[in-house]
Amino acid sequence: MVVSPSPISEGNIGDWLRLPPAGLQLLIETLAENHRVVGPQVADGAVVYRDLRGIAELPAGWLDEQDGGRYRLHQDPTAGFFDHVVGPHSLKNFLFPARETVASFVRTDGEWVQQTHAPEDRPLAVIGVRACDMAALRIQDKVFLGSGHVDPGYQARRQRLFTVAVNCRRAAATCFCHSMACGPAVEPGFDLALTERDGWFACQIGSPAGHALIQRMANADAGIVSCTVAEVDAAKQVSVDLEASMHARQPQAGAPRPRSLDTHGIRDLLYAQMEHPRWEEVATRCLSCTNCTLVCPTCFCSSVTEVADLSGDHVERERHWASCFTLDHARMHGGSVRSSTASRYRQWVTHKLAGWIDQFDSSGCTGCGRCITWCPVGIDLTEEVAALRHSDPP
Amino acid sequence: MISPAAQTADPWRSHPARIVRIVEEIGGVRSYDLVLDNTAVRAAYRFVPGQFNMLYLPGIGEAAISISSSMATPDLLTHTVRSVGNVTAALARAKVGDPVLIRGPFGNPWPVDQLVDRDVLIVAGGLGLASQRSLIDALVRHATACRSTAVIHGAKRPADLLFQSEYAAWKAAGIDMHPIVDVGDGGWSGPVGLVTKLLDTLPLDPHSTTLLCCGPDRMMMAVAEKACTRGVPAEEVYLSLERNMSCAVAHCGLCQFGPLFVCRDGPVFSFDQISQFLAVPQC
Repeated sequence: MVVSPSPISEGNIGDWLRLPPAGLQLLIETLAENHRVVGPQVADGAVVYRDLRGIAELPAGWLDEQDGGRYRLHQDPTAGFFDHVVGPHSLKNFLFPARETVASFVRTDGEWVQQTHAPEDRPLAVIGVRACDMAALRIQDKVFLGSGHVDPGYQARRQRLFTVAVNCRRAAATCFCHSMACGPAVEPGFDLALTERDGWFACQIGSPAGHALIQRMANADAGIVSCTVAEVDAAKQVSVDLEASMHARQPQAGAPRPRSLDTHGIRDLLYAQMEHPRWEEVATRCLSCTNCTLVCPTCFCSSVTEVADLSGDHVERERHWASCFTLDHARMHGGSVRSSTASRYRQWVTHKLAGWIDQFDSSGCTGCGRCITWCPVGIDLTEEVAALRHSDPP
Repeated sequence: MISPAAQTADPWRSHPARIVRIVEEIGGVRSYDLVLDNTAVRAAYRFVPGQFNMLYLPGIGEAAISISSSMATPDLLTHTVRSVGNVTAALARAKVGDPVLIRGPFGNPWPVDQLVDRDVLIVAGGLGLASQRSLIDALVRHATACRSTAVIHGAKRPADLLFQSEYAAWKAAGIDMHPIVDVGDGGWSGPVGLVTKLLDTLPLDPHSTTLLCCGPDRMMMAVAEKACTRGVPAEEVYLSLERNMSCAVAHCGLCQFGPLFVCRDGPVFSFDQISQFLAVPQC
């Protein structure tokens, strides 16, 4: 039976559209009228977020191979636009930038006057956000918007953020979103979500902003039509099948070990293991380099530096990412509270997987696997937790 | 306390204030009386003993300092500071009339509402007494309706005992003062040793005692454990923690202690809230 496509003007929130590559190109161009558009691109040997002008810049035909301390790209003619998974960048790089002025002061006639901050420039649109990073966004929202005080900069960027999410078709060995209930299917909260098909995208409308964008594209001849019921079902099945395959993954000789994390009772498990010898053991490998906290899409620690001009009359308070792996993090006048690497690794893991639950009613881990990939010595969070779980307390 | 309206405001907004008086306390420690410049900000400012302000000197930095003045006069905010870091060293060079910027007040205060009919035992190590002076002031003014108040204040030497000029007034108000020093001198006739030594011998009804302690972590741990040994329930022992603080609104993460943000959930905690983590070295 031939089903004739319906016109897309009927598209509502929750509806699915059939988007040819030209439709994705039009989507990027339409977004760019009002947004700074960023998307995944191959640069410096990795897939990173960069300003995106069109689909030709997307990493079509590239696959990433990830393992502890290892990230390699290779070309594969069968790979689609989005068959790479996550690189070192996440939404955090844009919503909670690595450096940001949080306050500035000018001294006139001996009096300090705090300056009013100019609003952010263009709103941001991000193409290719994965389920794990949409989950990380929900977690950072709790930190910066839901903890009693609102961070004004984060709020301004977040309110105007436009997300074009992507449902993964493939998982890296380091991916364990299935363990953290953060993927691989993108949860509601996106503006648009793409599922890549053979030569086209199934595009689900997720918000009024997503709907409005599709409406603005409706008049152009980009071949955008509604999905058939069968096409919607097949698109939804992509995430179902991937999740099933992630649960079924088994270690294979010569291939990176597929990761998973047993989260059962993990909060109490970690609190009970605060003096476990494993922390000292991991400290013999950990370089305290802070890579894991920098690539983590939820890590939110920061500190403020005073930046003054030569006159001393103009001062900016610059907030920059901090890391619990540095001595400065818990520095007091008598020295650092956490002077050993073991105590700092313990702080990171127990905060991420236990303290976070108390603080924000959710784990701080989305299973994106970045901390495993970008650790220079390949320390593996999932392996460390398994070691704590499967050994007796001291 | 911070009003709900204040929480939607920019947490990085500092309010200009001026130093109106500097008091030399003990060696290296001064008290700075600050008055907020803006009358509306000054009129709206309220704090509860145990809370702290972020004192900001543009270009130099910011430091979390507890408020040591009377909550009855919130238009004059005293901060008792030892010169140890960037900000406090700059404060040591400041003069009356110099500007200081203030964010605050922040933090969970001493449980001043829960001291009715209680025997209040304050234990302070060194400069820890600064965080408790506004509390003692509230007790002196009978603002808490407690049954009795005793203060154990430990210092290295007799000259390091803080706020000695106020002991007479505190005693006159019925407060039982127990200073103790690590090392005595020729003129010292009081007890010598650690504050826990006095805790061993002080008459104490565990059912009616609320203990409020501020000092170094290890001292507080020893005091809390001693109090519990004497039958005081852990939830009636309160400790004020010091940690690295930058944002003061639970965003920057630097002050984290177990699952707690010391800036927001503390600095005052009940011992049952934190004993599990206080017992862990380098936690």
